[in-house]
Amino acid sequence: MTWMQYLPPLLKGAQVTVMISLSSIAIGAILAFAAGIARTSSNPILSGIAFVYIVLFRGTPLLVQLFWFYYALPLIGISFDPITTGIMTLSLLTGAFGAEVVRGALLAVPHTQLEAARALNFSKSYTLWHISMPQAVIEMMPAFGNLAIQNLKDTALVSLISIADLTFQAQSMRNITLDSATVYTLTLLGYFIIALCIMLIVRFIEMKLRRGPAFPRSAHS
Amino acid sequence: MNPIIRFENVTKRFGALTVLDNFNFEVRRGEKVTLIGPSGSGKSTVLRILMTLEPFQEGLLEIDGISYHEPGGRGPFKASETHLHKIRSNVGMVFQSFNLFPHMTVLRNVVEAPVAVLKMNRGEAESRATELLRMVGLSDKKDHFPSQLSGGQQQRVAIARALAMRPRVLLFDEPTSALDPQLVGEVLGVIRDLAHEHDLTMLLVTHEMRFAREVSDRVCFFDRGRIVEQDEPERFFSNPQQPRTREFLSSILGEQEQMRESLRCAQ
Repeated sequence: MTWMQYLPPLLKGAQVTVMISLSSIAIGAILAFAAGIARTSSNPILSGIAFVYIVLFRGTPLLVQLFWFYYALPLIGISFDPITTGIMTLSLLTGAFGAEVVRGALLAVPHTQLEAARALNFSKSYTLWHISMPQAVIEMMPAFGNLAIQNLKDTALVSLISIADLTFQAQSMRNITLDSATVYTLTLLGYFIIALCIMLIVRFIEMKLRRGPAFPRSAHS
Repeated sequence: MNPIIRFENVTKRFGALTVLDNFNFEVRRGEKVTLIGPSGSGKSTVLRILMTLEPFQEGLLEIDGISYHEPGGRGPFKASETHLHKIRSNVGMVFQSFNLFPHMTVLRNVVEAPVAVLKMNRGEAESRATELLRMVGLSDKKDHFPSQLSGGQQQRVAIARALAMRPRVLLFDEPTSALDPQLVGEVLGVIRDLAHEHDLTMLLVTHEMRFAREVSDRVCFFDRGRIVEQDEPERFFSNPQQPRTREFLSSILGEQEQMRESLRCAQ
């Protein structure tokens, strides 16, 4: 077998990897905003729930989380198929790290902006969505970029709950051909190309947000 | 007539530091009052308490007939958001560092609060905002962003933004202290025009003594959380009674004279 023949199964695996990564990044982003905003809330119950969620998922290994959702949860009668389990676990993990990014960026909005908003009698939710968030989102982008790449690389672990992603396909190809060098080189290359695309997308979004005279720092970055 | 602002035995502490000590202070409707004094004397704190940016620990405060004590509430210092909202609707503030919203154009900075808070329709709010921007001399800048304006222009937008909410009481917290000396005049010019508004009550914290003398009905000298001396400006500046006032005035006037001198030399 030549390396050309390795490509179709690897590409099929890459598709699964991209699908899992993109969906868990998207769901993770929603969770990140929800938990990050809840953490800055003055409501202790909301903030407490978000805190427990963040601490639990940041403080435990992804592999164990995957096994827990895949093997332990069914024992109390809740079970999902492997793809759902994979996307769910990765979303929760990305969301937990993302929540800290959202919280940090919201806290970094100058206090004087909040005082100006209060002097104009804006409500708390208006201040959050129209004053703080537009300024904070731009600051979140570099950290979100890192999390997205981290998420992509973490997807390799879902091969261990029998999902046929890029890593899973690579393993099976190697078992058949014993050609470790070629198979794993192609696999690395595959992940790298996907990562490159994610980096470009995040960079593009950041440039879009920074464009215009509102945030003149863009001229230097 | 009832005073529009009334502090009665208000005490404000930051930890162990007492900033306002059994503070009593009244302002008539339409009065223009200048607060002067050394830094840390509590004059900015008075404005920040009025704007509900700072709580206080003891005493009574009333603005335009509304007490900080929420009827049936859990005491004055735990007022609900709704009650604070009501107090703030009569008060506006202009900050030392302008605090415009950097992601909004000049026009949106002025329009946003009337639309979102007063529920004015956008078209009407925009025509009023355009009028206010014309008044502060910036109608040609309405589509610019704050970062494209000089400090003096930003502060004039901030004044228009505060006026758009139709406050009865307007607070100026050192509005020219962050400006380059050559930009101070244009901001003072706008404030001077406002001082002719009969119904608007103005409280101004400033170090511009000549300006204070010109626009205010009363000057109050603050020291260590109390008003040491207050009078109408002519008497206050020409014949201060308290040694602390005299000391402060001579030091700050000397400083400003030096500043003007060095500016003249630079030009």
